[in-house]
Amino acid sequence: MSQSRVIVVGAGVAGLCCALELSERGHAVEVVDRGRALGDGCCSWMAGGMLAPWCERATTEPVVATRGAPSIGWWARHFPGTVRKGSLVVAQPRDAGELQRFAERTENFERIDDARLAELEPDLAGRFRRALFFPNEAHLDPRRALAALAEALHRRGVPIRFGVDFSAATSRHELIVDCRGLAARDALADLRGVRGEMLVVRSRDIEFSRPVRMLHPRIPLYIVPRGEGVFMVGATMIESDTRGGPTVRSAVELLNAAYALHPAFGEAEILEINADVRPAFPDNLPAVRQEGRVLHANGLYRHGFLLAPSLAREVAERLADLVPSLETSSLEMIDADLRERRPA
Amino acid sequence: MPFYGVDLKSRLLLGTARYPSPKILGEAIQASGAEVVTVSLRREAGSERGGQSFWSLVRSLGVRVLPNTAGCHTVKEAVTTAHMARELFDTAWIKLEVIRDDDTLQPDAFGLVEAARVLAEEGFEVFPYTTEDLAVADRLVEAGCRVLMPWGAPIGSARGLNNIYGLKALRAHFPDIPLVVDAGVGVPSHAAAAMELGYDAVLLNTAVAEAGDPVAMAKAFAMAIEAGRMAFEAKPMEPRDMAVPSTPTIGRAALGDRR
Repeated sequence: MSQSRVIVVGAGVAGLCCALELSERGHAVEVVDRGRALGDGCCSWMAGGMLAPWCERATTEPVVATRGAPSIGWWARHFPGTVRKGSLVVAQPRDAGELQRFAERTENFERIDDARLAELEPDLAGRFRRALFFPNEAHLDPRRALAALAEALHRRGVPIRFGVDFSAATSRHELIVDCRGLAARDALADLRGVRGEMLVVRSRDIEFSRPVRMLHPRIPLYIVPRGEGVFMVGATMIESDTRGGPTVRSAVELLNAAYALHPAFGEAEILEINADVRPAFPDNLPAVRQEGRVLHANGLYRHGFLLAPSLAREVAERLADLVPSLETSSLEMIDADLRERRPA
Repeated sequence: MPFYGVDLKSRLLLGTARYPSPKILGEAIQASGAEVVTVSLRREAGSERGGQSFWSLVRSLGVRVLPNTAGCHTVKEAVTTAHMARELFDTAWIKLEVIRDDDTLQPDAFGLVEAARVLAEEGFEVFPYTTEDLAVADRLVEAGCRVLMPWGAPIGSARGLNNIYGLKALRAHFPDIPLVVDAGVGVPSHAAAAMELGYDAVLLNTAVAEAGDPVAMAKAFAMAIEAGRMAFEAKPMEPRDMAVPSTPTIGRAALGDRR
């Protein structure tokens, strides 16, 4: 293997997607992370793993949907555990207005009745009269997806080294792709943290096939199935970069909402309860910024898995412009890349 | 009418929560011309004052910050939050919310009056979030409040002015206290209606933050509030029970076909 000329700093979803994209385009890449192992100190580990570009339209700018939609195919190609069964949106009867509002802001959904809901998710039968079904959305288990990316990089000969405190000043790499998330605040003054709290529960009584969002004027909630009765319940959005454990209030709100979605969650076992901080720019949209030989890819906010593939593509394109000599420009490589992308 | 000695040109006060992004929040504030924004402390604070970066973003917008005690359920919580707010934002202003229960978000009149008294004695300039109840308002003024902020309707409900009679009575009862309709405002016409009643200002958040286009909605509210105020100053006509033609009918020549 040739000496890598590009180093990716940070092995969260941004770093791993960038490394894979660059490797697939023929660059010699390596990845370093200050954590002890995959997921350590990385907020991607706490992510929900919803690939829901159309639902996200309810609260974000259109660009999140246009950049996020292609990521569903990207994940399906790179991680076989990607589940493409759509997602559901429901609301308690007294919050029916919220469902209407959500429908007005979003697209690519079907309005469904209780019978269709029961077909899709038998365990929700009789619980909601109306729902929105977004058939083209998908979800994945972020931890398994990160492991799959690490494995893919390993197969391609891209080293990932953990426990490395990287310093750009002493690095000899020609190009540094900085994907450190909130840790890159030393270089990105307008980066801020948005805290999120989540929990993981296991229920023996219910099973969902797809993520379910329950709308609420103050405590919106989503539940993402992880298989075998395990569910991720998330997630709060608090303008704070405090990393400490979840507050009792947030935990109570999330648990309450889960219980309201289905009383069987009252009997579920709490496997994990956690909090972390998402990196965000003032417009809550990711960006690639250049500073000398450093490309900062950051600000994925709550759209890590949804927008990382598009961010990685942008990094690869910027990198090609930046140092044309780095681009292998081997036609064979490009052909191979295209072949891989084409669905079988 | 000045708010604790501060003259404001804009009669719109904006909350800073639930915008799609801080950038859009900044643009909405600019479009609205608001000079005062409320900032919630309790949730964002955390143990290490983790909300700093969001707060400095808000401060950088060059507006006056009215910190609030949203999410406080007891006098003690509200007073502690007010202390923290004074230190963080270097202001004596505090929007005082003491909530009875999280589901209805109804003000707890008893806790509110008590907290207002404690804070006013400590030199705070208190903006109490209350109902339109006259007796409670009286107690708040007695406790030292020189601004009152009655709700239009419950927080986030977008129902507009639920009790116009009560709001009118409050205005008539306190001609010299600045009155702000806070909460429940859904569309600009609600805000205009409050201004037509002679209210001094309107405070809102969700109606702008969760609009499809918050920046345009902020502007729409600013215009409605200006129109409502202008209408109030222009002394609107009184409603009548009968139609009153705008031109005299007696003695008018009969024209056209008779049907």
